[in-house]
Amino acid sequence: MPRINSPAELEELRKGILSKRDPNKPCITLCSGTACHASGSEEVAASIEEEIKKQGLSGKVDFRKTGCHGFCEKGPIIVIHPEKICYLQIEPKDIPEIISQTIKEEKVIERLLYTDPTTNEKVVHESEIPFYKNQERLVFGSNGEIDPTSIDDYLALGGYSALAKALSQMTPEQVLEEVKKSNLRGRGGGGFPAGRKWEECRNAPGDMKYVIVNADEGDPGAYMDRSLLEGNPHSVLEGLIIGAYAIGSHEGYIYVRQEYPLAVENVGTAIEQAKEHGFLGENIFGSGFDFTVKVHRGAGAFVSGESSALMTAIEGRVGEPRPKYIHTAIKGVRDRPSCLNNVETWATVPLIINKGADWFAQLGTQGSKGTKIFSLVGKVNNTGLVEVPMGITLRDIIYKIGGGIPGDKKFKAVQTGGPSGGCIPEEQLDMKVDFDELAKAGSMMGSGGMIVMDEDTCMVDVARYFLDFLSDESCGKCVPCREGIRQMLKILTNISKGEGKEGDIELLEELSQVTRDASLCALGRTAANPVLSTIHYFRDEYEAHIKEKRCPAYVCKALISYYIDPEKCQACMICLRQCPAGAISGGKNQIHVIDQEKCTKCGTCFEACPPRFGAVKKISGEPVPSPIPEEARMIARKSKENE
Amino acid sequence: MKEEKEVKTATTSNGKIDQIIDKYQGDSSALIQVLLEIQSENRWLPKEALDKVSKKLEVPLNQIQHVATFYKAFSLVPRGRHEIQVCMGTACHIRGSPRVLDRVQDLTGIRPGETDLDLKFSLETVNCLGCCAMGPVMVVDGKYHGKTVPAQVDEVLKNYD
Repeated sequence: MPRINSPAELEELRKGILSKRDPNKPCITLCSGTACHASGSEEVAASIEEEIKKQGLSGKVDFRKTGCHGFCEKGPIIVIHPEKICYLQIEPKDIPEIISQTIKEEKVIERLLYTDPTTNEKVVHESEIPFYKNQERLVFGSNGEIDPTSIDDYLALGGYSALAKALSQMTPEQVLEEVKKSNLRGRGGGGFPAGRKWEECRNAPGDMKYVIVNADEGDPGAYMDRSLLEGNPHSVLEGLIIGAYAIGSHEGYIYVRQEYPLAVENVGTAIEQAKEHGFLGENIFGSGFDFTVKVHRGAGAFVSGESSALMTAIEGRVGEPRPKYIHTAIKGVRDRPSCLNNVETWATVPLIINKGADWFAQLGTQGSKGTKIFSLVGKVNNTGLVEVPMGITLRDIIYKIGGGIPGDKKFKAVQTGGPSGGCIPEEQLDMKVDFDELAKAGSMMGSGGMIVMDEDTCMVDVARYFLDFLSDESCGKCVPCREGIRQMLKILTNISKGEGKEGDIELLEELSQVTRDASLCALGRTAANPVLSTIHYFRDEYEAHIKEKRCPAYVCKALISYYIDPEKCQACMICLRQCPAGAISGGKNQIHVIDQEKCTKCGTCFEACPPRFGAVKKISGEPVPSPIPEEARMIARKSKENE
Repeated sequence: MKEEKEVKTATTSNGKIDQIIDKYQGDSSALIQVLLEIQSENRWLPKEALDKVSKKLEVPLNQIQHVATFYKAFSLVPRGRHEIQVCMGTACHIRGSPRVLDRVQDLTGIRPGETDLDLKFSLETVNCLGCCAMGPVMVVDGKYHGKTVPAQVDEVLKNYD
């Protein structure tokens, strides 16, 4: 591949790529993101390749494995271009029909389309599906169109034109000014203005400076950085190079978790391709600017996602945070000025350069500009990654895009911001989502995890879950965090076991305060948020656990029992056969009874009992009725066929 | 114990570990990367390998121990033939992953971080695998099992020996 030495050559290359592509040639794109991969997209891909050959279409139809399309709930997803027909939940057995019907005969296969759950209407195109229709996919949108291992795909969509513009038409100061003017705030959680960080690093004394991509995405339930890096690694790289130019850095790091092997691989490929094209290396676009980048794999520690800890880890040491009286922008990796931003932040930069700060700043709210990618997960119909403008309401995200709560259950809360965030109750669903509003509600933006909870979620259990996570992940360096979290976890565990006592809630609040005030890094300073927000909004649940020894959501194992209602049991043997503990006695025509001594409360019987019987019940806060006497257990059936 | 010995001898004669270390000769900042590569090649970090890393990279052994015990990716004991991961991410948690984990523990007799005596299974919990739509998720040797309920665990695990 010849080096690209000027913006004109880049434009020529792009035209060359486009001229070789027939826009009317059918192209099948298959989502190969992690979630689709897990639900079998690999087998689907094999079957597409085979079927194209088998039906004699080799060379007549393109096939592209793309990154995550976002609609993980319905994966694996296929989109057929140029019509953009979208098929969902594809299995290998559907492929022969797709090739023969849709590709050859241009017929749409109804059964594979999205069905609107309210109107029952079929939706043909991806962009018309409500999940996508209500989004604004600026950063994430290209993911579904390009093969992440092909730089040509990225170039065809105008890739690296922002870099060309920055390097040939703008001075570093102008680039910096543009980013500052755009008011882009860090997408990793803190929301610190990226431009200000860049400026501080640029002005810091020293010739050697580093720019770093933080892809140590650790919040459980958040996976947008992973999907971006896996699906569109060049966009992150391009943003990073632009940032390096503005800051005056010649060396960069991409810090990726080793738990994301595909991201590591795709980013590595992208770096090689960028080098070949001359987007990395010496004298980029003939501007005299040099820049190289290395991948550093993180070895699995949540706290290492904190900026100073991450920089220590890059040096090959244990990633523990240090006090930041002196910002990492002044003294970071090897005590040199280092500018760290999150994956999504870097990926937003090329857009700002291409379209201008004014364009960017018109999106979003007063204090939070642009769009944000959220991972909408939990008890929601349309699990997936959604990109929305800042300022959209929680209700719109959960109901318009997310399609509401499955199984007609009642919404209880939405948890944002990962372990540092909090739970937001129904009363606040009309809140506009941005950095400041979320913080006001006692939560935070975080990296964009949004976990929807329904009536079956116990808020004490949620708080306990996050503290369990944090006590495991606290590096232990400072006492308030290490001990504070441990003590709070102990109290919460006691409460969830029915061993809570009067005064526990107040003690939790007090411990929260100290942990918040006296911890060094954000992990400790925000650790109490899940506790405080759940106490604030769901105090009644805590009180039910403590005073009545009752778990209102029927989650806390020690406080619930399973019981078979003899009036409803049809003696169908289903739960009896499935019980892994052998705790259910009974027989054909004999009402089943759970032996409470043997029961491990795994819930298998509850799930196994056919809904039309609904005989298995969860009980909490009251004694289990004593089993009906043996002689009363026989069921007289009218006819055997009912069996 | 006997099996553990066998595994150890197998690793020390493994030239690949030497190759990995040689690539980073003398570069102490590459410590984590070296250990990651050895871990993925060998699936655990034998003492002999750590000694070698210490000499070649010129990093004190206690610092290597610090790193190897701090990060989750490293194992200082041999791993089982099959790796079970139960996702404990928030989405999986509220969809019932604790019950799945309980069942895995009951069946295998080991807790997260442990390996059974026959070196059959190693059990780990992970914090979000990024496929929340399928939660609760259990992964066995890289194969994903989505929307898992406790009763399914028996079905899945009996296929491994």
